[in-house]
Amino acid sequence: MMDAADLAAIRLTLELAAVTTAILLVIGTPVAWWLARTRSVLKGAVGAVVALPLVLPPTVIGFYLLLLMGPHGPVGQLTQALGLGLLPFSFAGLVVGSVFYSLPFVVQPLQQAFEAIGERPLEVAATLRAGALDTFFSVVLPLARPGFVTAAVLGFAHTVGEFGVVLMIGGNIPEKTRVVSVQIYDHVEALEYAQAHWLSAGMVAFSFLVLFLLYSRKRGGMR
Amino acid sequence: MISAIRRVLAATVLALGVTHALAAEVQVAVAANFTAPMHKIAAEFERDTGHKARLAFGATGKFYAQIRNGAPFEVFLAADDTTPLKLEQEGATVAGSRFTYAIGKLVLWSAQPGVVDDKGEVLRRGAFAHLAVASPKTAPYGVAAMEVLRRLGVAEALAAKLVTGENIAQTHQFVASGNAELGFVALSQVWADGRLAGGSAWLVPAELHAPLRQDAVILAAGRDKPAARALAEYLRGAKAAAIIKSYGYGQ
Repeated sequence: MMDAADLAAIRLTLELAAVTTAILLVIGTPVAWWLARTRSVLKGAVGAVVALPLVLPPTVIGFYLLLLMGPHGPVGQLTQALGLGLLPFSFAGLVVGSVFYSLPFVVQPLQQAFEAIGERPLEVAATLRAGALDTFFSVVLPLARPGFVTAAVLGFAHTVGEFGVVLMIGGNIPEKTRVVSVQIYDHVEALEYAQAHWLSAGMVAFSFLVLFLLYSRKRGGMR
Repeated sequence: MISAIRRVLAATVLALGVTHALAAEVQVAVAANFTAPMHKIAAEFERDTGHKARLAFGATGKFYAQIRNGAPFEVFLAADDTTPLKLEQEGATVAGSRFTYAIGKLVLWSAQPGVVDDKGEVLRRGAFAHLAVASPKTAPYGVAAMEVLRRLGVAEALAAKLVTGENIAQTHQFVASGNAELGFVALSQVWADGRLAGGSAWLVPAELHAPLRQDAVILAAGRDKPAARALAEYLRGAKAAAIIKSYGYGQ
């Protein structure tokens, strides 16, 4: 059965995924909007940076985050100067890592949703003298709602499934940085296979359910 | 032209076949703390015997799980003496092949000079944010580090400051990158040419923890492999002993 440490890991994982998803929706929306609308020469470069976590091994991301956020890194010096201390081995550090790691899973569905809206609704809104913000909230957001749902679900699920980055910058601290994936790894290494099974099977069930709901919704055309 | 190519090909195949017959490969699982000396020993071993040692480094507990689940390692250099013994009792090794190749030394180390004093008083003062240790669940150096903290009576006070590396190599990386101000690492990781390579350190007195006897064993997969036997022999030889000692290990 699961013990208190397992439950703490589950709670921490859900917290991390929720905070990360919320931040990603706030940051990702303007980025995706810009990527969907821009004709700038920078579009390719920004799009590539957003997609980097898809192809980089988590070890690369974790290694550079550890150096960047460490006492000698630029981010670490900034956080220290601001009196925030250092980010590695903290929940905030995991959030920063997860935001970067799950970025494409939120930005790309949003970008596709924005692109699918096309010019027409925006032109109509403009002829009705709607301002930019008004257009965004009254026209774009409702039309892009399925994209927001997809982005939130994928961002959340992908953060739950994170392992390599957390292992490298987390330091495996109970109730602060020991998420479910790390807890499973610990159980397996310590030959506690029964506990590893409980958590692992839970992850499989959770992931399947999330993806099943997501893809059923798309097929069924429910909005 | 074609016959010339064929002749070259035939010669190459022959040459490869000959080297193969003389020089075999041996798959070795090595405890992370022994990484640096083992690279050197493997190079010497290859030069002297022609055999090639393929090295994998990691936490002893993880290797145990992998070996029990069919990993093709032929020789295992553990970070403790209990894991090889356990494998022996479970019949996963070549009987009688177990021996102590090194005695590890635990060191409290900081990448910054002047952080760690030579009595370890820094632990009692506790004026730091993070103390790195290897996972006591899987790494013998982590077990030893926790024992030291308990003996000094600071385990409770420092519990909230502990960060855990998956193995001793990651623990060293936490300290070397400065993310943890100090940590318990293997002397071999910070010791080169008979002195501290940098930073500040406290060599933990041996009586503060159970001895870190590091045992090696030939695994079942290496039973009929001359190269595995040769490596075990080589590890007990004078050349290996000199290298092992130069990294601060006892023998």
